[in-house]
Amino acid sequence: MVSSILTSGFFWRAVLAGSFLAVACGLLGVFLILRQDSMISHGLSHVAFAGIALGLVLNFLPLIVSLIICGIGSIFILKLKQQARLPGDAALAILSSAGMALAIFLVSLRMNFGVELMGYLFGDILAISPVEVWLSIALALMVTVLILINYHQLLYMTFDRETALVAGVRVSSLDKILVILTAITVVLGLRIVGLLLVSALTVIPAASALLLARSFRQTLVLSSIFSLVSIVAGIILAYLLDLPASASIVFLSIAIFLTTLGGKKVAAGH
Amino acid sequence: MASQIIESQSNLDKNKEIIRVESVYFSYDGPLILEDINLSINRADFLAIIGPNGSGKTTLLKIMVGLLKPQDGRVFLFGQEIEDFGDWYKVAYLQQNATHLESNFPITVEEVIISSLYASRAKKIKPAVWRKERVEQVLNLVGLAGYQKRLMTTLSGGQQQRVLIARALANEPEIMLLDEPTTGVDHKTQGAFYDLLGNLNYNYGLTIAVVTHDYGLVNKHINQVACLNRKLIYHGRHEEFCQSGAFKELLEGGHHLIMHQH
Repeated sequence: MVSSILTSGFFWRAVLAGSFLAVACGLLGVFLILRQDSMISHGLSHVAFAGIALGLVLNFLPLIVSLIICGIGSIFILKLKQQARLPGDAALAILSSAGMALAIFLVSLRMNFGVELMGYLFGDILAISPVEVWLSIALALMVTVLILINYHQLLYMTFDRETALVAGVRVSSLDKILVILTAITVVLGLRIVGLLLVSALTVIPAASALLLARSFRQTLVLSSIFSLVSIVAGIILAYLLDLPASASIVFLSIAIFLTTLGGKKVAAGH
Repeated sequence: MASQIIESQSNLDKNKEIIRVESVYFSYDGPLILEDINLSINRADFLAIIGPNGSGKTTLLKIMVGLLKPQDGRVFLFGQEIEDFGDWYKVAYLQQNATHLESNFPITVEEVIISSLYASRAKKIKPAVWRKERVEQVLNLVGLAGYQKRLMTTLSGGQQQRVLIARALANEPEIMLLDEPTTGVDHKTQGAFYDLLGNLNYNYGLTIAVVTHDYGLVNKHINQVACLNRKLIYHGRHEEFCQSGAFKELLEGGHHLIMHQH
């Protein structure tokens, strides 16, 4: 059994792509939660799903089409939020409904790709192709590097936006960078855990880290580790026990969250 | 040591104009909030901006740091029109309720200060050893030596406020603008806070403009007063203000000003 894991190409591809994505999600999630933007990844996952459906209809690389559509959607969310005509969560609710409606409409045009689409709804990491692996790794690496390069400015503006603005931090460019990185991460996550669970990847490990950490740097490190452990161990568990990988990944991250929450309560009780 | 951070008082040209506001008008799609404001702040001034609630004090401060654009009039920073000004590290701004922190934001005192050192592209990033030393220096200056690794959320409101002052000082500002900095801290802490500002102004020549209701606490440190109520009712030297009609009018208006002795 173990030797068959080690020689299985698709298994290692899944682990490799998952690991890079895990770190990107772990880092990004901390900023999203502290900016009170955690629901953005949820909203964008529906837009990304519409992009996948469009790619399948056009018969052109669904992952690429989805990246483009989701990128446009992310800028749209940012504009809605900035103009503040609506509370942010209402704008996101409208956008996710629109995304889902578009996806259903596109599916109805051609019914014969139901199975493929299901893969994106529930995630199907063990079916990931070599091209998708390299694309995912490159994009996840880009997300990670961009966050680390802008680490101090992102921290400053997340902590104290107005002062950062006066001090010369390029707040509006960084807002754009952050939503576009979220869009990219959501599209990559769609392949691994699927539409229904993609926002879990960005939110749960970061939430666990926020409960434990004693500094911001520690929060980012813990969040990435929690995310990495959930995804890698989740894929291994799924393979060994023949479970859906998306479910085992999210179960593991929730188990980590509940453990930190319990640990914190016990510590506070004394 | 502190003199490395801010130039010593003796070699300052006190006639140098730091901020000038010329015929500024402002409204948020409605009645005028500010009308024909003319004001200048010179180097090493300590200006208190006072006035009743809704008199446009915060708006004026935001216009001076470029967060709001006036409908009419001009603003100059260090002799440059605000649109062309780029040396934002010279300007430290502390917004109202700056210490209303997200209760679970895990950021240490050191991280608050260090992250601000990367804000401006106009300044070169210094090595890590230099940054650590700078954090130590500014924390000493505000009386929080050894607080580097403490989480911001575990500090009292007064201590958080000091960290934010330390953060501002770390960037070697020439002027600090503060909007009601002591909201929500007790009276004794407020006094100590204004003493700290007074010390920075008196000993290091830091130019300060503060929007405040605590006139009785700040008055022993200031040399300039601007009294605002949509229009600028009074702007000038503190001593003259105390003898002027504007001051008496304010007192009769029942505003929370505490009488003091010179």
